[in-house]
Amino acid sequence: MSSRFAFLSEAGMDRSSLIKGLQLVQKKEGFISDEAISAVAGHFAMSEAEVEGVVSFYAQFKRNKPGKYQLSVCDGTACHIKGSSLIQEWISMELGIRPGETDTDALFSLETVACLGCCSLAPVMSINGKVFGKLDRKGTIKILKDYRKNG
Amino acid sequence: MADSKIKIIRVGTASCGIAAGSDEVLKAIRGRVSQDVSVEEVGCIGHCYAEPIVEVVTSSGEEIAYSNVKADNGAIDSVLSLGNEFRFEIPRARAQKECIKVTRLAGKIVPTSIEEYKANGGYSALAKSLSSTPEWVIDEVKRSGLRGRGGGGFPTGNKWHFLSLKKADEKIMICNADEGDPGAFMDRSMMECVPHQVLEGMLIGAYATGATKLFIYCRAEYPLAIKNLSAAIKQIYENKLNVLDGRSLEIIIKEGAGAFVCGEETAMIASLEGKRGMPRFRPPFPTDRGWMSFPTLINNVETFANIPLIISEGGDEYAKLGTLTSKGTKLFALAGDLKYPGLIEVPMGITLGEIVFDIGGADRDSVKAVQTGGPSGGCIPVEHFDVAVDYDSLRSLGAIMGSGGLIVIGKERCMVETARYFLDFTHRESCGKCTFCRVGTKRMFEALERITGGSGTEDDVKFLEQMGPMVRKGSLCGLGQTAPNPVLSTLRYFRNEYDDHVKKRQCAAFQCNALTDVAIDQKNCIKCKLCIKNCPVNAVSDDFVIDNSKCTRCNTCIEVCPKNTIHRVKRGEGYYSSSPEVKNGQN
Ligand SMILES: Cc1cc2nc3c(=O)[nH]c(=O)nc-3n(C[C@H](O)[C@H](O)[C@H](O)COP(=O)(O)O)c2cc1C
Ligand code: FES
Repeated sequence: MSSRFAFLSEAGMDRSSLIKGLQLVQKKEGFISDEAISAVAGHFAMSEAEVEGVVSFYAQFKRNKPGKYQLSVCDGTACHIKGSSLIQEWISMELGIRPGETDTDALFSLETVACLGCCSLAPVMSINGKVFGKLDRKGTIKILKDYRKNG
Repeated sequence: MADSKIKIIRVGTASCGIAAGSDEVLKAIRGRVSQDVSVEEVGCIGHCYAEPIVEVVTSSGEEIAYSNVKADNGAIDSVLSLGNEFRFEIPRARAQKECIKVTRLAGKIVPTSIEEYKANGGYSALAKSLSSTPEWVIDEVKRSGLRGRGGGGFPTGNKWHFLSLKKADEKIMICNADEGDPGAFMDRSMMECVPHQVLEGMLIGAYATGATKLFIYCRAEYPLAIKNLSAAIKQIYENKLNVLDGRSLEIIIKEGAGAFVCGEETAMIASLEGKRGMPRFRPPFPTDRGWMSFPTLINNVETFANIPLIISEGGDEYAKLGTLTSKGTKLFALAGDLKYPGLIEVPMGITLGEIVFDIGGADRDSVKAVQTGGPSGGCIPVEHFDVAVDYDSLRSLGAIMGSGGLIVIGKERCMVETARYFLDFTHRESCGKCTFCRVGTKRMFEALERITGGSGTEDDVKFLEQMGPMVRKGSLCGLGQTAPNPVLSTLRYFRNEYDDHVKKRQCAAFQCNALTDVAIDQKNCIKCKLCIKNCPVNAVSDDFVIDNSKCTRCNTCIEVCPKNTIHRVKRGEGYYSSSPEVKNGQN
């Protein structure tokens, strides 16, 4: 196996650690590339199709390279009730991308997720794991502008 | 008053606190106090609306809490001088109705300090168990009447009993920390704030049942919970608390990968085996044949968190609280249209009205319904708020207790849209194994899209009524069996809203874009042009009229208007430059 994926040994060889292995890949590389699929299949002695089947089942795994900042707009019940679809719409207008897409500078990726566990601050979003709550249009756009300014 | 009177400063740094800015507060406070003040990071006391919360303990032992403490709003000055500004009082009604037992230590101790947990009675229940027999432990849990807090409500003692009877090389115990209900955060809070309490419950369970390998399956969206649990597990190993009766137990955290169905127990087991998380037919039940074919038991986080309490005070004492069929307290994650969202702990048998109005501080005239149980649950209208909450009463109303997500829905929300939202969720999360769940939920979702999208007919509503029970019957696991609940319960209580959509082509809440126009109230408009400047599709004319043929209903103008003169109105009441039959926007 190429040394690029040597870290897979952290997950052990057991097939029950396949998901762990994929999570390691995603953590290190940001997404699951075709090369990663074949490396993982080799590591766990499985077929690539089996690995692909598991990857496609779980929403967490991304097959495309994400931007520098991963924007997750919560669309859990509490946030939905509090207008998360509008938040997502405003972000889409500001960045020119829909959920599932990455902007042309590869700076922002947008996705919607179901509940970040901060429902009492709804509507919320997270950027690379940092949670922002009680969003309105002005606040949301300011946050995006700040991130863009910092590159 | 000087700094020296302050002994401890506790800053709430659970996820909700951090999202509200508590990490900056923590930094600022650390920079300003002297060495002899201990600044601690604690969990959440459940009053999320008041975050960031800072609590000061004085040398005389007095505890003073401050709310909405920001790094830059002067609140820290008040905190450090024990001033009166920003002081936090628990709202009276809430203090009276709540019953803090399981969450007793949340927000009071440093989550990752085993010493503090022990100093507050932690691990004494484990010691008490170890000094008695496994049979005694199971008997206490049975006596307590504890039912699974993950939604199903299965008696925990019985489940433990089943596993204890099994003879096998390995027995597996899984803590279900997937918290899939989007809008619930009880389990997150417990894991972040009192990880040792959850783990103590698991260790007691392992002793009682003879389990040898313990998994915690935690959703990946909860990084702080995973961090705190990992730290706590390390301390357990260091203190050899994982050695029970000479057996050494392995405790493993597994991160979920974002699939709602993995909260179902057989799917979770498949996922823990590294496979696609597909539920399977039961029997065999997991206690007979589970993870890697070993006997396996699954309980929810909150279920485990109740165990130390039951063992400490005794099953009979525990069972004194609650209703005939549901004992103890329940945590609810309160959110939505109310004044005091947060995490609450209430006795079983409390009424919905007490939760929503007294504890939640919701305005009586503005609430329409409450949604319990998330995508598997239903909406209960305000007329039924006098019902005493327990597993059975909620089911009879067409909802479920669920894991404890409780979303208050205000009068300005559309119930059909809410049902559409849930079906959107479930049809995407269906694993695809059963036809009724895979196709049935999709067809129901499409019918709801038509109804909210302005092209629905009475046949669509009839279709929903017929299809719902079929999906319920034709599905293998709880996902499909409960997926129609949000639709059927809103049809039961809010049929008029469905009728408005299909017969009158109206959404009384003005929420469904296709049935709503946007208009400027000319009388109060101050002609500031902010709407014109900000409209992304140039739908506002120079004389301040919104062209609804262009408008996408994105609400930007409504948000930027300083005078609140732009509103959503009935479809047809807005201006259209071309035929109003053109469909604008979608939901
Ligand atoms: C689709 C689906 C999702 C579920 N999600 C969860 C969950 O997120 N957390 C949970 O504890 N139980 C969940 N359950 C219930 C579990 O299958 C199981 O009943 C529970 O974990 C048992 O623990 P308890 O007896 O302590 O409640 C879910 C069930 C279904 C059918
Ligand atoms: S619903 Fe958005 S954080 Fe829970």
